[in-house]
Order: sequence, then C-alpha cells, then structure tokens
Amino acid sequence: MAVIEVSFSALPAHVRTARLVALAVARRAGVPEDTLEEVRLAVGEACSRAVGLHVAHAPQAPVSMQILDGNHAFAVEVSDVGPLEDDDPEVMLAALDLDAVTSAIGTGDYLEGVPPGFGLAVIGGLVEDVEIRRDASRTCVRMTWPVDQNPVG
Amino acid sequence: MAWQRGATRNRPLEERVDLSLSTRSEGDRTVVAVGGEIDVYTAPKLREHLIDLVSGGAHHIIVDMERVDFLDSTGLGVLVGALKRVRSEDGSLDLVCTQDRILKIFRITGLTKVFPIHASVDEALAAAD
Repeated sequence: MAVIEVSFSALPAHVRTARLVALAVARRAGVPEDTLEEVRLAVGEACSRAVGLHVAHAPQAPVSMQILDGNHAFAVEVSDVGPLEDDDPEVMLAALDLDAVTSAIGTGDYLEGVPPGFGLAVIGGLVEDVEIRRDASRTCVRMTWPVDQNPVG
Repeated sequence: MAWQRGATRNRPLEERVDLSLSTRSEGDRTVVAVGGEIDVYTAPKLREHLIDLVSGGAHHIIVDMERVDFLDSTGLGVLVGALKRVRSEDGSLDLVCTQDRILKIFRITGLTKVFPIHASVDEALAAAD
C-alpha cells in the first residue's frame, strides 16, 4: 500500500494543486482513463469543502489529503478540522440526497446560491464508494475507486 | 493559448488566474465567454463579473462555457446566484455547453432542469427570440 500525504494551507489557490497531485497519482496507479475526470472533480470538491471549513473555523490549520494506492484500489481521504455541515446524521444524509439539494436551490437565501452540503452531494453523486467519518475533532471524506491494474513501482 | 491572450488583453497586469472572461453584446443579450477552470479559487472572479453585469443593466445573459476546462460546485453556486439575480430583474441566464465532462455535474445535481443549456451561442440567441 503506497501512501502519499499532502498537507496544504487552507487557501483556495492550493485546491488546484491538490487536484493535480491526486490526478497524477491516480493515473499512475492505473485508475481507468475514463474515471480520471471523476477523480479530479471529486477530489476538488472534497478539498474545496475542507478549505471553506478551515477558512471559517480554523484558518491556521492545514488541510490534509492522503492518497492510498494498493490492493486493487485507489483512495483519497481529505481531512478537515471543521464541523460537518449538520450534526444530525439524518440531515447529513439528506444533504447527500441530490433531489433534496436540488429542490433547495432557489428557495434558500444562500450566499453562493447553493445550500451547505452541496459539495458533499456532488461527491455522493459522482463517486460510488464514499465514506464520511467523523471523530471529536475532524471530518474525513474518503473516496475509493477500483483500479484496472497494479503497475510495478 | 489564444483565449488567454484575448481574455487578459484589458488587464495586462492582473494576477495570473486560470480563468478568462470576455463579454460582448448581441442585441439585448450579453454573452460572457468563459475559459479555463471555475473552482473555489477562480469562482469569485466570475461572480464579481456577473454581479457587475447585472448591476450595469445586463439582465439577459448567456454564459458560453465551451472553453471551460473544469467546473465544480463553487462554480455552479455562482451560476445559480447569477440566475437568482437576473430573475429578480425579470431577466434570464442561459448556458452554452456541449462538453460532456462539464454537463455531467449539471446532470448529477439536477441543474439541467434549472438552466436552459444550448449547443451554441447562436442556438441560445435564437431561443431567446
């Protein structure tokens, strides 16, 4: 199991760098070509969400991205120190319900035009294998993709 | 790349942002051609531009996304915000996009039902007539 860890300051400009790193490792790990765009978008969403939470709650703390490559799978785990969008697991799951999120658009008065949880909803819609873990101090969004092959090295 | 040169010709000293914007009028429509990546870093630039347009009286906007290489939920939020603004002025916001990778995020979020999406600027202009 190869592990790459990237830790970056909670600045929007670094999200692109994180996307590019994840994309490069995914390509090398053997993630199918037609899935790479999904990796790029999902990792970008997870990092954007983490940066947004850090800016609001812990601007000095770095965002952590761990990339795991092995066992016929490629996984990216993005950890933040901000709160999950809602404490209630039921509400959190509702945030992953795309229909609920979409119907909320246009009815709420959200600064960016979309409700909290929208980024997670996009990840949920994109990636089949998503796990969200939360402990006392951080939330981890882990996304896993199967790989076609296990390149040597 | 040509689109980068064209997009930055009015702001030669601006910091390097991987987003280009160029705006033109087509009758009572305002066409904004966007290029590059719309993400958490560049979306504020797009939001500011669209707010300026609406504030300046452009209430029927077509956003041409054919040269957009990347779009995330932050960018979608900016487009939804712009849609709300133009609708509050009885205006409209149409999109031009044929790239499947960009259309995918509209599909999975259900926003294909919110935005009129056209295959070309000409088609968007014709639909508005």
